Amino acid sequence: MGDRVRRYFGRKLLTYSITFFVAATIDWLIPRFMPGDPVASLVSRTNGISPDAAKALSDYYYNLFGLNQPLPVQYLNFWGSLLHGNLGLSVYGHGAPVTDMIMGAVPYTLALLIPAILLSWWAGNSFGALAARRRWLDSTVLPMGYILTATPYMWLALVLSFLLAFSWRIFPLSGGYGFNLEPTLTWLFFTDLVAHWVLPFLSLFLVMFGGWAIGMRNMIIYELESDYSRYLEVLGAPQSLVRKYAFRNAMLPQITGLALQLGVIIGGQLVTEIVFSYPGLGHLVFAAIQSADYFLLQGIFLFIIVGVLVANFIVDIVYVIVDPRVRVSMTGGTA
Amino acid sequence: MSATSPAEARESAGPIISHQVAAPEGKPRGEFLFFALRSKKFMLSVVILAVLAVVAIFGPIIDSTDPVAQNGLPMQQPTLDPGNWFGTTYFGEDVFAQFANGLRASFFVGFLGGGLAAVIGMTVGFVAGYRGGWVDEALNMITNVFLVIPTLAVLLVITSYLQARGVMFEAVFIGATSWPWAARAIRAQTFSLRSREFIDLAKLSGRGSRQIIVSEIASNMSSYLLLTFILLFGGAILIAASLDFIGLGPTGGISLGLMMYNAVTWAALQLGIWWWFIPPGVGIMATVGALYVMNVGLDEIFNPKLRTM
Repeated sequence: MGDRVRRYFGRKLLTYSITFFVAATIDWLIPRFMPGDPVASLVSRTNGISPDAAKALSDYYYNLFGLNQPLPVQYLNFWGSLLHGNLGLSVYGHGAPVTDMIMGAVPYTLALLIPAILLSWWAGNSFGALAARRRWLDSTVLPMGYILTATPYMWLALVLSFLLAFSWRIFPLSGGYGFNLEPTLTWLFFTDLVAHWVLPFLSLFLVMFGGWAIGMRNMIIYELESDYSRYLEVLGAPQSLVRKYAFRNAMLPQITGLALQLGVIIGGQLVTEIVFSYPGLGHLVFAAIQSADYFLLQGIFLFIIVGVLVANFIVDIVYVIVDPRVRVSMTGGTA
Repeated sequence: MSATSPAEARESAGPIISHQVAAPEGKPRGEFLFFALRSKKFMLSVVILAVLAVVAIFGPIIDSTDPVAQNGLPMQQPTLDPGNWFGTTYFGEDVFAQFANGLRASFFVGFLGGGLAAVIGMTVGFVAGYRGGWVDEALNMITNVFLVIPTLAVLLVITSYLQARGVMFEAVFIGATSWPWAARAIRAQTFSLRSREFIDLAKLSGRGSRQIIVSEIASNMSSYLLLTFILLFGGAILIAASLDFIGLGPTGGISLGLMMYNAVTWAALQLGIWWWFIPPGVGIMATVGALYVMNVGLDEIFNPKLRTM
């Protein structure tokens, strides 16, 4: 068993390493091949200094970012500092380390993303399985699934904030917490945090929920028409048992689907955060684009790449655990 | 259809069988049309898409207002007056003109971007699935790399070189980056067809791989390919809306995503100008939703097992 498992994960790791290498190289290109000089834009922000001082300052920054060295050396330095967890300094953050800015935003992003993905996957699949071949659900509630999954993330976010925050004032309009509060470990701050979290979470959750529900409903119908389901029915197995087997088989493509959808989901997270000015990575990406802060962009994308790769790897592991065929092929039995 | 799962017996009430006989013999096309005209899902989506297409094609012709020029008083609520059906933006631009032109751009991006993604996905999927071996491994690797790379980062680098970008560029970019899942799906389908006897027969008759892929494999999964294209079409429209919304869309012109971007940037939410951001979202939702419903409707038409009529 050990040998096959090692080969399976060895191959996966090779793919992921190559992907990481290619993606990180593209990422490295961002600050270096952008129009305009990131250093010049940084210097121009320090108002009212003499040309001499500006020259000295820009030299300082060139040295700091290592932009005055030949490109191959810059590239090697990039990997070197990457291994030390050093992603440079942010223009947007007035010289704060990019790593610190990312770490400040990550908790907000993950607090939205992880519950939204897991809960929508669970709820959508359960509901889709329930709706399949049950006419009244299929024709009443399921059409909502099509509408939800066809909704652009930012638009649902806009509508929710217009209705629930602007018109009815149930939830706060934007931000991660109230302007009048400081992040502290108090009950007041926590409830405020949750209140600001609800709407962005709901926008992400609803769109994804629609997609999973539709996918599962269609899968279950395929499975219920397959030979093994028919055979079970002919044997006189109760409907609940047939459905249970159909559900298990239909779940596998939905797990793969989660890995395939990850890019789209992260895109959705990004625009949702922008609508709500939610202080996560998406909001940071937007701010970085607007203020031409390419080192910050580079750092965030690197973080996203690593995050996506880790998530893919987790899906691989889950797949091995859940799919008996993969498991059996690894333990050397005949499937 | 004589098999009797209880679920099916309940839902495919009797007449279906006699209808099937009534369909022209040996002409599956006639049969598809027959079921298409009776599929509520298919017909509903066709009607919705037709209405939207009419607005996208003829809207800008009938209402030739410049969508990005001040055309009236700012922030006018929609009224029944001709020329002000959808109201005006914060800058007095005509929302209907923006909507119709944006819808046109969306259809263009969906068609071209989805089409390009379908072509790449099919090529990669067919070759990987049919050849197998190291070709399959290599193509799989490339597919996986494309699947994981944050396309936004790539787009950012490209946009730095192309200061002026059109809808065409956006469509090509989306097509070039959104194909991986289609390639995977088509590869899996090809893989299952490849070991069939009729493929062996085609090989024995001395036909080339390309011929076999086109005339034996592709033609046997043509319905599947159509469904893939429809999904890519809808997906491209959604991706384009997101790109426009974060300011990486076409420079100049108008699109549905850009309308939402402008609405958010100019505080339509705080000012309560709902008619600025509701139409573009409804337009996208209706288009993509209709495409998805059409997808499932066509699936039921092509695959007798799924029919619930």
